[in-house]
Amino acid sequence: MIQTSRLSVEIGAHEILRGLDLQLPPGRITGLVGESGSGKSMAALAIMGLLPEGMRAEGRVDLDGRNLLDLPERELCRIRGKRIGMIFQEPMTALNPLMTIGDQVAEVLRIHQGLDRKTALERARDRLDRVGLAAPRFPLTLYPHELSGGQRQRVAIALAIALRPDLLIADEPTTALDVTTQARILDLLKGLVRDEGMALLLITHDLAVVAGIADRVTVMQQGRIVEEGPTETVFREQAHPYTRALFAASTHQPRLVLPTAQPRPLLQVEGAARAYPLPRRGLAAPRETLRAVDGVSFRIDAGESVGLVGESGCGKSTLTRAILGLDPLQGGRILLDGQEIRTGRAMAPELRARMQAVFQDPFGSFDPRWRVEQLVAEPFHLTGLPRDWREQVAEALYEVGIAGDAMRRHIHEFSGGQRQRIAIARALIIRPRLIVLDEAVSALDVRVRAQVLDLLARLRVSHGLSYLFISHDLSVVRRITDRVLVMEKGRIVEAGPTHQVLGQPQHPYTQSLLAATPRIPAAWQAHVPVDGLALAPPAP
Amino acid sequence: MRWSLILGALLSGLALVAALVSFLWTPADVTQLAIAQKLLPPSGQHWLGTDHFGRDMLSMIMVGARTSIAVALVAVGIGMGLGVPLGLLAAARSGGWIDEAVMRGNDLVFAFPSLVIAILITAALGPSALNAIIAIGIFNIPVFARVTRGAALPIWTLDYIRAAQVAGKGASRISVQHILPNIANLLIVQGTIQFSLGILAEAGLSYVGLGAQPPTPSWGRMLAEAQTMVALAPHVAIIPGLAIVVTVLGLNLLGDGLRDALDPRLRRSP
Repeated sequence: MIQTSRLSVEIGAHEILRGLDLQLPPGRITGLVGESGSGKSMAALAIMGLLPEGMRAEGRVDLDGRNLLDLPERELCRIRGKRIGMIFQEPMTALNPLMTIGDQVAEVLRIHQGLDRKTALERARDRLDRVGLAAPRFPLTLYPHELSGGQRQRVAIALAIALRPDLLIADEPTTALDVTTQARILDLLKGLVRDEGMALLLITHDLAVVAGIADRVTVMQQGRIVEEGPTETVFREQAHPYTRALFAASTHQPRLVLPTAQPRPLLQVEGAARAYPLPRRGLAAPRETLRAVDGVSFRIDAGESVGLVGESGCGKSTLTRAILGLDPLQGGRILLDGQEIRTGRAMAPELRARMQAVFQDPFGSFDPRWRVEQLVAEPFHLTGLPRDWREQVAEALYEVGIAGDAMRRHIHEFSGGQRQRIAIARALIIRPRLIVLDEAVSALDVRVRAQVLDLLARLRVSHGLSYLFISHDLSVVRRITDRVLVMEKGRIVEAGPTHQVLGQPQHPYTQSLLAATPRIPAAWQAHVPVDGLALAPPAP
Repeated sequence: MRWSLILGALLSGLALVAALVSFLWTPADVTQLAIAQKLLPPSGQHWLGTDHFGRDMLSMIMVGARTSIAVALVAVGIGMGLGVPLGLLAAARSGGWIDEAVMRGNDLVFAFPSLVIAILITAALGPSALNAIIAIGIFNIPVFARVTRGAALPIWTLDYIRAAQVAGKGASRISVQHILPNIANLLIVQGTIQFSLGILAEAGLSYVGLGAQPPTPSWGRMLAEAQTMVALAPHVAIIPGLAIVVTVLGLNLLGDGLRDALDPRLRRSP
């Protein structure tokens, strides 16, 4: 059994982890939950002895009665991989793109067990079979780029468990994956723990994931453990105020907004189609095309909030780019207020100004060299810069709850949640009718996400906005949309009022999406009145 | 590595200061011949000695720095002025025929050795400092076009570019307002390196007689004229050679230092 006692990590005089006690018994799954900056990933790195330079760890990490913190690097190398395995969030960068998957798994076996190449490859085959990449379909000679994200994550798992380690550390292993892929990977991890008697330390920000899989759960805040216990007990009792705040935020329901009584169409998508040519499979093979968007039709009424859900590759990004007038369609048309959306200069600025967007990545959405006032004022390009633009920027920032001194600052001085608020201010500045929210809250922590969802609901009322809310996260779509469209392979397979589609799904794809979505059992959700919820008071 | 920035700035600053001071004052007149005093070794009166016409070497080096820096600077200016817009255009239309045309045109220029083209140009237009500038400038264009395109392409995929497009901005406006400021650091670094290559190229062209013509002093031609006299008076060859080496080394160090200081991808956390 591996355990840490009074594990602390410091950088200079700054403490990142304080007195961490973790028990990781074999055959058990321990969930480590916390928001970004809580130190949960740092705990994993400290156990592995992989802390970034300049950080010092104190306390004990015991494996077979030896303190790993005292071991020299050479000894640690022998333990890493062999006794402790680790998988990371990003399956796209965790594998060497120039090595076949067989060689990558075999390499671990050759280094640690001194096997010859042939035996190592046989064992690699066995391990890849175990993680669900079975023989005829997934030969050892495949390269990482020939696999999907979920399949790559399986290879990463095969690498981590190749030597049957005592402990597997999984740092947000499914955050970058679609829900159905996530469900399969979680099942795989669960089975591995059961069959191989490993300990699993599952690090995640997603309470619902932990609820479905972990035996025990540890909640971290600012480098400390605030609560620890069997999963069900922690979920039912929510003894610590921070735990309570996390739970409340993850199920937080923003205010309800009633759609207007007389519907007036704002956005009409009519038979939209776009295809991409695929690379030829052989020299003589005919060139195939991918129908990314294949005859999609729907409409959004003024004042309505519509969700568009689907997994990666379903065509929602292509559709979004067409709606925003960034890419042309090959068939069908899209109307905004009855006028056709076109790309570039072919679309009148007055029409373009009726629509704005908020993107997923709070870090890539802003030019790092511009000041906040310039960034927020950028959409004025469509309407002409008014004389009082500074006042209008200040007003928009005030509406999203950003202090006025932000105007002269650069974007790197703001947190992820603040950046997303600034992105919303930028979208609001020219008073559009429609805001396209492309995974706009996916990268945010649960409490920040709840605040931003509240903000969106409030702005919808005060500005009479319509939203097209694009997301892969059904639990968020459920809370903020009136109607939902489910997209699969370029087509809309189901559409209707959100509560109806997500309550009684008719299409098998919707049903599989819902079944795969992790959720906290209803019986566990204590109805304690929440006072510790650190939501910002709504601006008047 | 801060020291490379400081050392590079000091070494390349030496040539710049020499060139600037030469406008106001030189130890002796470089057009004044004094055959009686030819090939004197360095002394109190002539710090770096005299050449085969008895001219003061220090004065020659100072005025020669003027030529080298002017030629390299204007050549880099031509390369940046044409190459950067071409690169921005290619990146904005990446995958399209404009991109294809610009990049294949680049390959075409790259395919010829620069000296051969320089000889071609000077054969057509006659040797002069101006034609050396044109020849070196042409070879800077594809370098800047390539660096610009390569740096701009990843920025085009970022969300803030999408936000600018949603704000109705066209490709040229986005290139100037968003792309250019974000790749400026790379261009400055490349500019420093091209500047040092320009000085080297000018020296090379002058050495073979295709650069600045007499009586304008030039480091390359000083080397060429000295080569028959190396055995008699080694300093006439060593001193202009050293001037070239020190300046080019300084500029390269400066470029490396700037790259480390300006490029956040190479910046290590303290």
